[in-house]
Amino acid sequence: MEWINAIAQGVLLGGLYALFAAGLSLIFGIMRLVNIAHGDLIVLSAYVALTVTLALGLHPLLALVLVVPGMALFGYALQRLILNRAMGEDILPPLLVTFGLSVIIQNALLTGYSADPQKLDAGWIETASVQAGPLVLGVMPLLVFACAVAVIGALQWMFYRTALGRAFRATSDRQDIAQLMGLNRAHVFAMAMALCLAVTALAGVFLGIRTAFDPAGGSARLIYGFEAVIIGGLGNLWGTLAGGVILGVAQTVGATIHPGFQVLAGHLVFLAILAVRPRGLFPRREE
Amino acid sequence: MNALHVTRQTRLSLTTLILLMPALVLLTAAPWWAGRADLRLMGEIALYMSLATLWNLLAGYAGLVSVGQQAYVGLGAYVFFALTLLAGVHPLAALPLLMLVGAGMSATAAVLLFRLRGAYFAIGSWVLAEVFRLTFAQVSALGGGSGISLPPAVVRALSDDRWMREAMAWWLALGAAALVIGVVVLFLRSRNGVALTAIRDNELAARSLGIDVWRTKFTVYVAVGALTTLIGALIFLQKLRISPDAAFSVNDWTAFVIFIVVIGGLGTIEGPIIGTLVFFALRQTLADLGTIYLIALGLVAIAVMLWAPRGLWGLVRDRWGLEIFPLSRRVAGLNEKGH
Repeated sequence: MEWINAIAQGVLLGGLYALFAAGLSLIFGIMRLVNIAHGDLIVLSAYVALTVTLALGLHPLLALVLVVPGMALFGYALQRLILNRAMGEDILPPLLVTFGLSVIIQNALLTGYSADPQKLDAGWIETASVQAGPLVLGVMPLLVFACAVAVIGALQWMFYRTALGRAFRATSDRQDIAQLMGLNRAHVFAMAMALCLAVTALAGVFLGIRTAFDPAGGSARLIYGFEAVIIGGLGNLWGTLAGGVILGVAQTVGATIHPGFQVLAGHLVFLAILAVRPRGLFPRREE
Repeated sequence: MNALHVTRQTRLSLTTLILLMPALVLLTAAPWWAGRADLRLMGEIALYMSLATLWNLLAGYAGLVSVGQQAYVGLGAYVFFALTLLAGVHPLAALPLLMLVGAGMSATAAVLLFRLRGAYFAIGSWVLAEVFRLTFAQVSALGGGSGISLPPAVVRALSDDRWMREAMAWWLALGAAALVIGVVVLFLRSRNGVALTAIRDNELAARSLGIDVWRTKFTVYVAVGALTTLIGALIFLQKLRISPDAAFSVNDWTAFVIFIVVIGGLGTIEGPIIGTLVFFALRQTLADLGTIYLIALGLVAIAVMLWAPRGLWGLVRDRWGLEIFPLSRRVAGLNEKGH
């Protein structure tokens, strides 16, 4: 029973990891950008939400109405003004620039908010739970998981059914030809980053409601996100959700074996999957 | 000497080589002319210079962009503490032993990580470093998650005299830096180094010329891993206290090292050396500002990457064609023959 419970909690935790990963999967798939600052952007979103809730007295979930478009705008500007200059064949320039960004965000948060852990207060919904047979599931984790499924479904629809999605796919396949067909690469990339940070904002708020966060917490989130993307396979959004769930289950089962084993178990499962399938479980195509 | 011939030497590199000897003597004598704080700072500079040189060999020459070299810094530090603290090995005897451990671990890691390419390799190497950190955090004999200090008895094994201990720490750091830079220069001048440069410039072409790409990269990765464990042990011999978060810090041992290399100039021997000096000059002048200093460092690194991607030394080399370490070949005797 303890194990079934651990697996159920792990699946729900996987929803949060899939949200960490969805934005990464998008920009990694479209422009091969390794965004080292992704985790810090998640934490930044949580802090922005904290400021909004304190300043306006809004519920954190209502604050999303402001935080999501705010972060999306920030993402568009970030890509247009800085990251586009570093894009190219070589993965090192964007890696270094986002490493710089990561250090800047961490230390700016440290200056602005101190190192004390903070939390978003979502009231009664944090402790509410429902009985599902023998299992007791939290309302908040269920909501997060439902959101993750909805976001991935929406991204998938956008990717294959809309003009923007077609532009993303075209640019991902052949940047130069897409450019010749009249797509503005700089704008397409910036739209992808805007979308990525909109999802990131959602992930940041859910993170802030679930646990306490501090300025140094970004790197762990980045790694979880990347693990989910890579386990699932590049270019496959539903694979990313599966990757998040595998990682979540590995962690909660690991924690049931020994509390100090939680994060380690996730990493070991990730490395084991890489050893067997270096391109992830469900890669969409060969590179 | 008037005939056309290919040489690596330039007047600058020859001058540097001649000046290197007195400079090394002067640096070796530092304990007699430098204060204690200065000696400590110089030791730190020498060790950061080594880390930067090693990362540069990996990323700038072998194309292995690792963001997980803190795995080997921390491994070296922890194995050093384990050997001296738990097994009672003499600190100096522990150093070659832990390099063996580093070589063994990096050889094992390479088998797994080399299945990954580009971004996958970068993230995979970072996850491996996290696995090391979380594993050592479980070892309660080494202080678990909160860490442990090196007891005075171990430190005294180096020498009873405090001045002598600090001098030895400096000589070890200086020696390690000289060893690292020397090994890298000699390696790049060797047949393997030529193979490595060929792989970096065009992997497919290199392979078709019969270069064993996997083995060349493997050699580099294992050598860098072993030397990084040595540097890690020396860093924490200076600090005298270890904890998983400090030993496996991605910011301290990878992000800053990448900044140093990029600011100085990736893919050159001179770049990491100059980058380290710039890094410490910035730190000494701005350190009082705390977090502002780190924000400034991040901004400088981004600016250099965007507007001068070949770094400070790249600017110098493009403009004047200077090279301190004789690596590239050039044709000599052209002018004498009037061509």
